[in-house]
Amino acid sequence: MKRKDFIHNTAAATAFLSLGGLSAFATKPALEKHITILHTNDVHSHIEPFGPEEGRNANLGGVARRATIIEKIRRENPNTLLLDAGDIFQGTPYFNFYGGELEFKLMSKLKYDAATIGNHDFDNGIDGLYAQLPHANFDFVISNYDFRNTIMDGQTREYKIMIKDGVRIGIFGIGIQLQGLVNDRLFKETKYLDPVEMATETSHKLKNEENCDIVICLSHLGYQYRGDEISDVKLAQKTENIDLIIGGHTHTFLDKPQTYKNKAGKDVLINQVGCYGLYLGRIDFYLDEKRNLKADGAGIAVS
Amino acid sequence: MYKIRIIIFFLFTAIIACKGLGSADVEVVKVRGERIQVNDSIIGEESIMEFIEPFKQHLNKTLDSTIAYNPVLLSKNDGDLNTALGNLMADAVMEQVNPIIKKRTGRDIDMVLLNKGGIRAELPAGDVSARSGYNLMPFENEIVVAELSGKQMKKMLSYLEKAKSAHPVSGIKIKADKDYKITQATINNKEINESETYYVATSDYLFYGGDNMMFFKDPSNLYPSDYKLRNLLIDYFKKVDTIKASIDNRYIRE
Repeated sequence: MKRKDFIHNTAAATAFLSLGGLSAFATKPALEKHITILHTNDVHSHIEPFGPEEGRNANLGGVARRATIIEKIRRENPNTLLLDAGDIFQGTPYFNFYGGELEFKLMSKLKYDAATIGNHDFDNGIDGLYAQLPHANFDFVISNYDFRNTIMDGQTREYKIMIKDGVRIGIFGIGIQLQGLVNDRLFKETKYLDPVEMATETSHKLKNEENCDIVICLSHLGYQYRGDEISDVKLAQKTENIDLIIGGHTHTFLDKPQTYKNKAGKDVLINQVGCYGLYLGRIDFYLDEKRNLKADGAGIAVS
Repeated sequence: MYKIRIIIFFLFTAIIACKGLGSADVEVVKVRGERIQVNDSIIGEESIMEFIEPFKQHLNKTLDSTIAYNPVLLSKNDGDLNTALGNLMADAVMEQVNPIIKKRTGRDIDMVLLNKGGIRAELPAGDVSARSGYNLMPFENEIVVAELSGKQMKKMLSYLEKAKSAHPVSGIKIKADKDYKITQATINNKEINESETYYVATSDYLFYGGDNMMFFKDPSNLYPSDYKLRNLLIDYFKKVDTIKASIDNRYIRE
């Protein structure tokens, strides 16, 4: 993808230069850029739609329908990303029969850009997850699992940067503590690192060293808890360089992104779309030159 | 990477007429959020459906053949401290796993303990298929047998007193008072004895601390059955032909 951008952009730059200077662009064009983020979480192997008899989920979901929606949106805005926040596996016999092969192959066909890892993605053991990786034509991002002593070493990325219409979008992932949630013989020597520390470090790098315009955290921590456990809401409040958290794990149905203040008093959006592919989340970012920002300091309203 | 950025930066600069903006000089000014319901008004993408089809056919062929008949709907919520569905599952574990453990260790399983939360569906009245087993137990959990001391057994009983929940059991008889305090617990008609050990069959999920069942920690011995709960349910259904399950007096409150 990046290589393609590179070639494309190089060619374009050359073309502009050969026009003989930049006088053709003397009047200032409208800069506004539009980036669309589509996302799922906790799809749990729901390949087919629910049947008509299946209670509150009746007639909802289905990967083929999701593909139709995604394609339509991509046609309207080619600057679209497709992301998943984990728990891809487990929940229908498709997983029990095929071990996750079909889930990864379909996500590849739908052209997912990145996903993080949920606790249920270890359900066939870390070896079971590793075995399905050849079917995944997208990246797994996770910052706070140290896989060095496991077969997954080198198979995931700390973060991924996508460039769409010149906008740099940094994507990283944060996983939930596996101890107590998953048998240790399944996750083996995967080390869980502090999510706030790792998110602080990674988002700082993305914002300040990689100069990302939008920083997205794919999180499988869960939206919010009554107790002291780390959650997406806490992560948002305890860090300062994340723009959007796409969450999972708690199967929380939000009808639009929720806004929280980060440590620096800036807005962070959190979104999660329940589970089983019943919904597709959509967030549209509109960007402009910094000086064009309305100076009322009211933050960014989510409509 | 660095080179790519330089060029992109350059291009960007050109487009906005030498204003000197890098990508870090743009920022989000407006956000719109919505969730899109994936419902039956949307026609599924043909090529995706075609891709799924052979996987689906193979799966349905295996899953949908009738293996037993269930006369009445069974739910995990139809009783106080024991339910017909929970009893069915715990008894199935006892019946399917005991021969394996007996053969390997020479000893019978004394009791089975599962968790109510682990029953993931109802068992509707009518034909039972392998799919029913997947619905009841979508997870990959296997049965393990832990040899617990009398002391650990007492801890299990206090766990149950606090849980106040119809965790499925088999092989044990428990009487509690109206406040869930256990007044009597017998295995093979004998009160649990602190100086003896007991073979307790459970799922590996619970054994490793799931649902906070910490009394399973440090058993005298641990015997894997290599038998998935789902698979033993399916095998049990095939064997019994017609399912008989009822609420009984194995775990009751006075």
